[in-house]
Amino acid sequence: MSTVLDVRALHKTFGGVVAAANINVSIAEGETIGVIGANGAGKTTFVNMVTGYLKPSAGAIEFLGKNIVGLRPRDITKLGVCRSFQVAQVFTSETVFENLLIAYGIAEERGWGLLRHIDNAPRAKRVEAHLARYKISEYRDVRATALPQGVRKLLDIAMATVRKPKLLMLDEPTSGISVEEKFGIMDIIMAALREEKTTVLFIEHDMEIVERYVSRVLAFYQGEIICDAPAAIALQDPKVKEFVIGQERHRTRGPVHA
Amino acid sequence: MSRLADRTVIGLSISAVVLMALAALIPNWMLFIFLQSFARGAVALGLLVLWRSGLISFGHALYFAAGAYGAVFMQRMIANDAFAMVAAGLIASGALAFLLGFLLRQYRGIFFALLNMAFSMVLWGLLAKTEALGSTDGLSIVAPRFFGMVFAGDQSKLAIYFFAIVLTWMFSVAVHLYMKSTLGAMSTAVRENEIRLEYLGYSAHRAVHVKYVISALLAGFGGVLMGMTVGIVDPDSMAYWTVSGEFVFITILSGTGNVAATYIGAFVFEIIRSLAFQYSPKLWQLIMGGALLLIIMFLPNGLWSVMARLRKARAS
Repeated sequence: MSTVLDVRALHKTFGGVVAAANINVSIAEGETIGVIGANGAGKTTFVNMVTGYLKPSAGAIEFLGKNIVGLRPRDITKLGVCRSFQVAQVFTSETVFENLLIAYGIAEERGWGLLRHIDNAPRAKRVEAHLARYKISEYRDVRATALPQGVRKLLDIAMATVRKPKLLMLDEPTSGISVEEKFGIMDIIMAALREEKTTVLFIEHDMEIVERYVSRVLAFYQGEIICDAPAAIALQDPKVKEFVIGQERHRTRGPVHA
Repeated sequence: MSRLADRTVIGLSISAVVLMALAALIPNWMLFIFLQSFARGAVALGLLVLWRSGLISFGHALYFAAGAYGAVFMQRMIANDAFAMVAAGLIASGALAFLLGFLLRQYRGIFFALLNMAFSMVLWGLLAKTEALGSTDGLSIVAPRFFGMVFAGDQSKLAIYFFAIVLTWMFSVAVHLYMKSTLGAMSTAVRENEIRLEYLGYSAHRAVHVKYVISALLAGFGGVLMGMTVGIVDPDSMAYWTVSGEFVFITILSGTGNVAATYIGAFVFEIIRSLAFQYSPKLWQLIMGGALLLIIMFLPNGLWSVMARLRKARAS
């Protein structure tokens, strides 16, 4: 399988704080990768660097053989790396349909075409199909501000996939979602992405989600990747157990009161 | 209903025909009020384009004046033709906005609003201090020709009135269609979530820049119309910060519900001001302030929200 993303010797510092240290990772087409690590381990910094939100202090990021360091987020998006956010980034006063319509309009129009009427019948049909793929058709005319958290997350991811990205980076797709909903929502997301044959990398704190959905795990600790292995092996790795899973369990359970 | 000829386009077209028909019935002073309403309404329409993107400018008199002075210089130095004067006004205001837009597109909120005011006061100072630009006395505009045709006296005012209606209709329909376009739909995106817009593949800065130039073009057009209507352009009535304040007043009065709202708002503004000035010359500002207060308290979404309420009441 061909390489989609190749990251070499990536560094990022904020003053004296090292947020990423010598990150080397190669992602092949079709992989589903889970990024795990405690808060502040460097997971989101890594995603932010790949998607152009942060510029690395040093190192190379190649997407489909092209160096993307220094490119603006919108240029990286157009190349085929899209992302969703830990807090869903949607247009709250617009309906679900209108949110996706805007996403489609931006993806499909160029130059003077941006002045064409945004809502045309073929595009509306594509939006409806997209809504159906993410199982949010019933919320079509609901304003994003009134959506349940899980649906808002689905909308955020649906908007990120309008361009049919080659690589999709999801920042905690199940954060803020109830335990009862999380597998249902992940099933919808993964089924839609499989349909599009999208390579996926997602940050996740929930080890049940990681175990169930990913083929490979990148475990971050203090800005470094301490384990890069198939999920079954990575989750049994002593360092991962000590520095990541232990802290995650502690984080999930919260403080113990006497 | 066709996407190009929707309810708003039909409504604007009927209004244009009715206003033309009214020309035979209304007195000259009302014609004057209508022309001023078209001029100020055009600027408010430009502010509406910005406002939908969450931006407000306290300095659009800058483009109002640029358009008016552009028209004067076209008439004096190149061609005395109404269409050429509008073209010159649009070029002057559009080019200025295009240049300043590179800086202003980086700012939001109060910084955007006040930077516009700062630039407008720079222009005011320049106009007021420069003899070649008419200084504080300003420059006069004679009755323009229309493709070589000359009209005199009341006929000239009538010609400007018809000319203003046709161009106002064209610009309003164009802005309405623009708002239905992908670029127009980005207004919400700029207002609510620039990060998502960027990650959908479009620059929020560029979107703001385009909207800024559109709003300046409309303000420039308003300036040309006002110059033709009153026959003189001068710094105090064109570029001073209080003029920008009037445009913001009209925009708040109108609401952002529809492009037609800004003309209704401008007309109501002119009527209130005329009546207030006529019956209480020393207290007219107080009356204007009171009117704005009442609008904000009882119609926070502007005059157009009355239409929405009526439609809702009829539906229920």
